[in-house]
Amino acid sequence: MREFIDGNTAIVRAALDAGCTFFAGYPITPASSILMAMMRQLPRVGGVAIQGEDEIASIGMCIGATLAGARAMTATSGPGISLYSENIGLAIMGEVPLVIVDVQRLGPSTGGATTVSQGDVQFVRWGTAGGFPIIALAPSTVPEAYHLTVRAFELAERFRCPVFVLTDKELGTTLTTVDSEALVAEPVAARVTGAAGTPYRYQPAAAVAPLHEFGRGTTVRFTGSTHDEAGFITKTLPTVDALNRHLIDKIEANRVEIELVDADLQPGAKTLVVGYGITGGAVRAAVAAARGAGEPISGLVVQSLWPVPESALAVALDGVERVIVPELNPGLYRREIERIAGNRTVIGVERLDGELLSPQQIREAAA
Amino acid sequence: MTVTIAAPYRNDTPYPFCPGCGHGSILDKLDEALQRLALDPEDVVIVSDIGCAGLSDQYFATSAFHGLHGRSITYATGIKLARPELTVIVIMGDGGTGIGGAHLINAARRNVGITVLVFNNLNFGMTGGQHSTTTPEGAVTSTTPGGNLEHPLDICATVGVNGAGYTYRGTSFDADLAARIAEAITHPGFALLDIWELCTAYFVPANKATRRSMEATIDGLGFARGVLMDRAVEDYGTAYRAAAAALPSRSAPTTIPIEFTAPLDAPVALLVAGSAGAKVRSAARLVGEAGIRSGLWVTQRDDYPVTVKTGHSISEVMLSPTPMAPMGGAVPDVAVVVSEDGLRKARGVVGRMQPGGLVVTIPELASLETAAEKVIVDPAAAPGRIAKAALALVLLTIAARRRHLVSVEALRAAAAGPFAAENLAAIEAGVALSP
Ligand SMILES: Cc1ncc(C[n+]2csc(CCOP(=O)(O)OP(=O)(O)O)c2C)c(N)n1
Ligand code: SF4
Ligand SMILES: [Mg+2]
Repeated sequence: MREFIDGNTAIVRAALDAGCTFFAGYPITPASSILMAMMRQLPRVGGVAIQGEDEIASIGMCIGATLAGARAMTATSGPGISLYSENIGLAIMGEVPLVIVDVQRLGPSTGGATTVSQGDVQFVRWGTAGGFPIIALAPSTVPEAYHLTVRAFELAERFRCPVFVLTDKELGTTLTTVDSEALVAEPVAARVTGAAGTPYRYQPAAAVAPLHEFGRGTTVRFTGSTHDEAGFITKTLPTVDALNRHLIDKIEANRVEIELVDADLQPGAKTLVVGYGITGGAVRAAVAAARGAGEPISGLVVQSLWPVPESALAVALDGVERVIVPELNPGLYRREIERIAGNRTVIGVERLDGELLSPQQIREAAA
Repeated sequence: MTVTIAAPYRNDTPYPFCPGCGHGSILDKLDEALQRLALDPEDVVIVSDIGCAGLSDQYFATSAFHGLHGRSITYATGIKLARPELTVIVIMGDGGTGIGGAHLINAARRNVGITVLVFNNLNFGMTGGQHSTTTPEGAVTSTTPGGNLEHPLDICATVGVNGAGYTYRGTSFDADLAARIAEAITHPGFALLDIWELCTAYFVPANKATRRSMEATIDGLGFARGVLMDRAVEDYGTAYRAAAAALPSRSAPTTIPIEFTAPLDAPVALLVAGSAGAKVRSAARLVGEAGIRSGLWVTQRDDYPVTVKTGHSISEVMLSPTPMAPMGGAVPDVAVVVSEDGLRKARGVVGRMQPGGLVVTIPELASLETAAEKVIVDPAAAPGRIAKAALALVLLTIAARRRHLVSVEALRAAAAGPFAAENLAAIEAGVALSP
């Protein structure tokens, strides 16, 4: 059996399959259909969905609900991520598992509501004060939107942090034929909760302690201020240092576990095309076309944008002289590739008019 | 002053507030209220806002959530919606009430079953005595050196007219404050206490404020004191669950069987360009579904103005024997141009179509420029009248037949659904009009 669905629908199905029990969001093109579907479906599976009075309220409700035992998701687009900013920091600081879908549209500002973009790839990484890491996944197809959303729930639980699913207007709203069997996942394991000891633990820095939930037989302290392991506000230097290093190390030291790429490497190829998200389609087509024309070429579609999958990129960069990075923004992810590409030539292919890149544009850059 | 109050609600840490600050007195009353109610501290969550008032949760042995300035009500709402059985108490300053005003009104309107204690000391204590939304007119603060020109917010009236279940206005000196707090906590709906008090570090010295002057200000403003609202309402989360219990289970995905054979051996890009509100997208989708029923992999990308019922509506349908991701740069192989609105938007790509391509359109648009083969269809020549909203599907049927995209049988099979009769009629009209 086949289905004709869009990426937003796949994300909703993934969320329900992953055991999401709470959703709060505010309408915004092109993410609104996620809100509407969650409002319809979540109460049918015993969960709660609510349309917040704004994006600040929506993400705030998700954070509160998570601490009370829910598995939460919210969805928006660039203008809404702007309003999430301060609460993203709270979720990082309080170590709150939370899935945040960003269906990107062309910005800045109101920009192009019904227009595709990949302009938020750095924004989600640096979108809150302090510069602390988050995790971001970027599906490039509708089945990937399903599987990476399920994965986002797993990672959020595993690392107790906000995990972004970064899609865009085209992936979110283009109807696509899928095999029903391709949209099936193993259930995400039930949350491991703690009740004994303190709600936070900073040693070893890369380890993640189980979340303590409210009303489970013990009192729990949660705060967005610098805090000790018991959740009391502190300014004691070694404690603050341990807390902040823990927030970094639990993600950075485990980056290999988070890495996800779709690598199509050709031995001996001197050119590598690196893309992600909706641009992945054009990357794969350009690679196939170049090979069809007898030109050796490698392709890599990055699925875990943050942290940057540096080990997979190192493998792909081996022996390569030239890297082509197509994206629907002014070269935003290219800077990450340049950072690790050494003295290789890195060529950007950018499109900022709200249209998708064609495989031809990528091949011209590779010529 | 170190106050050690009996467990289980207060812990043994002394308050950090300035001498004489009203916050400590209100917290003592909250402790008293909790003791009266004898709630299990593990099932009580104190959600504190920011500011001096926001420090409060640390002096209680209940659960605690200390988040962002002005957003405490949103966290409390999330907690209460997820777990209606928990007792959720918000402690916020008048500063938090101002910056989070939208949350306050909406939680009241929804009647989320939380209790909000506003520690209303008429200024921002923590940041240096600036004026807040509740600072009385004429009051001197660090940001109103010449006296405040703004009218103070009537918090109780604001939440009261918007649906709150319980409101109370008083001061930190009220003898019955603990009883009122307990009453508010017991109330099933949204309950708020606007508790006026003295900030001894800033508001008191700048305004020579006393308990008496504060009470006179309340009365002078015409703000009533005491229990101002107490009506029977239901907690939102409880009402939500009751409504959800009547719902069917989660909808199953709509699956499409493969029951015809695929006539295509290479991808075909099909463009449908018409007017918004004239069923362009649904006609394109029907052809797409017919393709899927024929074993093809179809994508459909739609473009339309945000005002969905006016202007153009364009659908790009890719019919392919193998899966294809959406990507840019495709020039259509087949275009169906249904109206002037559609042509205005599609003129460029139609102009770039190759001689092997096909454009199906109506006599009014016959002069459109393209190198592709043009087929002009006059709807007036059909045996029956063709409605505007049916025209896209009529022309699509003609294009599909001419280029063997999908069979008429596959189109008919895809026509099922709420508009089956109209769709089938359009398909038959297309068959009749096919050159
Ligand atoms: C978004 C944001 N803006 C500004 C601040 C700075 N800030 C800290 S406390 C406060 C005002 C607190 O006043 P109030 O809520 O009345 O509490 P009080 O100190 O009087 O008890 C402000 C503006 C902040 N923490 N967050
Ligand atoms: S600054 Fe004002 S509100 Fe803060 S503790 Fe001192 S008296 Fe209380
Ligand atoms: Mg105040």
